[in-house]
Amino acid sequence: MSVAQVKKPKPDGNNFSGNILAWFGTTLGQILVSILVPALTFLVLWQGYLFLQKANAPQIVQVLVAIIWGVGGVALLYLVTNWLVMKLPKRISKVLQPFVFVGPAVVIMGWFLAIPVLRSLIASFKNYLGTQWVGFDNYKFAFTDPRMLETFRNNLLWLIFGTAFSVGLGLLIATLADRTKAEVLYKSIIFTPMAISFVGAGVIWKFIYTYKGTGVGIQEIGLLNAIVTGLGGTPQPWLSLPPWNNFFLIIIMIWLQTGYAMVILSSAIKGVPSELLEAARIDGATEIKAFFSVIVPYIKGTLLTVTTTIVIFSLKTFDIVRVMTGGNNGTNVIANEFYLQSFTYTDAGKASAIAIVLLLLVTPVIVNNVRQYNQSRRGF
Amino acid sequence: MAKHSQKTAKKTATFWTNFILIVICVIWLIPILGILITSFRPSEDIFKSGWWNVFPHKQNVEVQRIVLPESVNLDGPFEILGKTATFDEFRNGITLDNGQIITWYGNKRTRTAIVSENRWVGFTTNLTLKNYKDVIGGKTISYKNAEGQTITRTGNNLGGAFLNSLAVTIPGTIIPILIAAFAAFGFAWLEFPGRNIVFTIIVALLVVPLQIALVPILKDYVNMGLNGTFLGIWLAHAGFGLPLATYLLFNYIGTIPRELLESAYIDGASNFTIFTNLILPLSVPALASFAIFQFLWLWNDYLVALVFLGEKNQTVTIAVARLVGEKGQDWHLMTSAAFVSMILPLLVFLGLQRYFVRGMMAGSVKG
Repeated sequence: MSVAQVKKPKPDGNNFSGNILAWFGTTLGQILVSILVPALTFLVLWQGYLFLQKANAPQIVQVLVAIIWGVGGVALLYLVTNWLVMKLPKRISKVLQPFVFVGPAVVIMGWFLAIPVLRSLIASFKNYLGTQWVGFDNYKFAFTDPRMLETFRNNLLWLIFGTAFSVGLGLLIATLADRTKAEVLYKSIIFTPMAISFVGAGVIWKFIYTYKGTGVGIQEIGLLNAIVTGLGGTPQPWLSLPPWNNFFLIIIMIWLQTGYAMVILSSAIKGVPSELLEAARIDGATEIKAFFSVIVPYIKGTLLTVTTTIVIFSLKTFDIVRVMTGGNNGTNVIANEFYLQSFTYTDAGKASAIAIVLLLLVTPVIVNNVRQYNQSRRGF
Repeated sequence: MAKHSQKTAKKTATFWTNFILIVICVIWLIPILGILITSFRPSEDIFKSGWWNVFPHKQNVEVQRIVLPESVNLDGPFEILGKTATFDEFRNGITLDNGQIITWYGNKRTRTAIVSENRWVGFTTNLTLKNYKDVIGGKTISYKNAEGQTITRTGNNLGGAFLNSLAVTIPGTIIPILIAAFAAFGFAWLEFPGRNIVFTIIVALLVVPLQIALVPILKDYVNMGLNGTFLGIWLAHAGFGLPLATYLLFNYIGTIPRELLESAYIDGASNFTIFTNLILPLSVPALASFAIFQFLWLWNDYLVALVFLGEKNQTVTIAVARLVGEKGQDWHLMTSAAFVSMILPLLVFLGLQRYFVRGMMAGSVKG
C-alpha cells in the first residue's frame, strides 16, 4: 500500500513559475493565499447557489449543475478546511484536525436531529403560534382527544397485525424456501416490493380495492370486487368501511415488509448448524417440531431485531395512509395526525406534542441501543 | 420398501413446499402485474373492463342485434328467434337451444334485444404507449373518461419530476456518505475530547423519528430562504441519514487492521491522505451498501420531500401522490405514473440486490 506518494513533484526549469512559488513561500503570501482560497471557494459555491435559486436554464441543465455543485461543493469544503488547518502550526493543527473530520457530521446531526428534540419539547408547551406558554394543554390533547385516541387504536392495529403477519410470513417463506432449489427466485419475488415507494404501492393497492358502485351492467375493475362479485357477493367500497379499512391498509404494509423480514431471517436460518437439526430429526422430531424446538430458539435474537424494526416502522407509518385515505373514515394514524396538525391546521404546539409522543414510543429502543453499544465497547 | 416410502414422503413434502411458495409468489406479483398491464391499456378500456380481460377468457360476445317492429306488443308475451317469453324474462336473459343468449337492451322503448354468445376471446386488447406519453410530458393532453367524454387538461410532467428526483437523490446519497465517512474515520481512529459521549448520542439518534425535526427545521428554512431548494432537501436528508451512515461506516472502518494505518503513518502520510488513499478505497463495499440503501430511501421518500420541496421542484412521489389526490379515477394516468416512479429503483434494486441485502443486514443492528 503506497500511501507515501504525497510529495508533489518539484517544479523545475521554468523561471517564471519558480518565482511565483518563491512568492507563495513568503509569510505574507501565505496569509493572502489562506484568505483568498476560502474566499474563492465561497464565491464559487455562492454563485452556484444563486444560479440554482433563479435559473431559467432548461431543467436538465439545472439538475446537472445541482448535482455537480452539491457533491463537488462538499468535497471542496473538506479539502479547503483541511488545507487551512494544515497551514497552522503543527501543535494546533493536530488538535483541530479531528474536528475537520467529525465536525460537519456532528453539526448537521445536531442541527437536524439532536437540537430539534429540545426545540420540539419546548414548542409542545406553547400555543399554536409558539407565542404563549400553555402548560400541558397540548399533551392533554395528545392523550385524551378522540382524534388522537383513534390514531392510537389504529397504530396499535398496525403494530400488532402488521408486525405479526410481516414477521410470521417472512419466517414461513424463509424456512420453506430454504428447502427448495428455486430459493433465490422465490426470495427475489417476495423481496421486490421493498424497492417500491409507499406512494407507488398506494396506487397499486388502491387499484385492487377500487369500487364502481352497484347497477345493471357495471363491471368491477378492481380485483377484490371482481373476485367478490365472481363469488356471488356484492361489491364494497373497501376503503371507506371502518374499522375493516384499516386492515386493507395494513395488508399493504405486509406486502412491503415481509421481504425485509424474510431476507434477514433467511440468513439467520442458514446459520443454524445442520448437526443440531439432524440430531433433532434422529430423535424422532417432526419437521414442525424441529422448527419450533431448534430453529426458532437459535434465531431468537434476529427475530427480536426484525420485530423491533418493523414495530418502529408501524409506529411511524404515514405515506400509505396519506395516499390511500388521507386518514379519513377512521383510518387516521399518529404520523398523519402530526402532518395534519403541523401543515394543515398549522398548530405547532399540538404537532410538537404529537412528535414527542412518537419519540416516547420509540424510547425503549433508543435506551436498548445505547446500552448495547456501551456493552460492545467494553467488550473490546 | 421403507426407504422407498420415505422417498415418496420427501417428494410430497417438496411438492407442497414449492406449491405454497408459488401461491404466495403469485399473490405477491399480481398487484404489480395489474398496474403494469393497466398502464398500457387505452383509457376507455380500463373503465369498461378489468385488466385481467387482456388474457384469453370466456366472455359473452354480441353476435346480433334485433330491433322489434312497432307492431309487437311488449306488454304480453312475445317472440324473438322462436322463443316466446315476457319482457321481464327477456330482460333477465333467455338461453337459446344453440347456446346463444338473448337479453333485452335497456328499457322497453329501445325495442332492441341483443343476441350474444359465450365464447373464448384471445389476446385482442389494444395496448398503447399513449398513457406514458401523456403522463411524462407536461403538455396538454386529451383522453376519454368513463362516460366516453373527451377530457382535455395539462399533463403531469412526470418527466420533469423524474429529473427533480435525480437532482434530489444523487447528491442526497453522495453528500451524507462523504460526510459520514469522514466522521466515521474520525471516531474510529482519531483521539479527541468528548469522542465517546458524542458517538453515544449518535447511537441514540439512530431511531429518533424525523417528525420531531420537521417543524423546527421548516422554520429555519423559511428564515434562511432554503425552503423549496435542492440544497435544503440535501441537507435535510443528510441530517436524517447521517446517524445510520456514520454508525455503519464506523463499524466497518473500525475493523481495518491497525498495522495498515500505522505503517502509513510511519511513511509520513497525513490523516487526510490516509483517509483518501487508504480508508476510502478499502471501504468501498460498505459505502456501496449504504449508497443503495440511501438511494432507495430518498427516491421513495414522500414525507421529507412534501415538507421541504412541496410542489416547487416536485419529485416523482409527490407527482404521483398529487395525481392520486386530484384525479382519483384516472387509472390510465395513475398506473403509468406509478410505473415511471418505480422503474429506476426496481432496476437498481434488482441489479444490486446483493449489496442492498448486505447493507440491510448491517443496518438491522439499529433495531
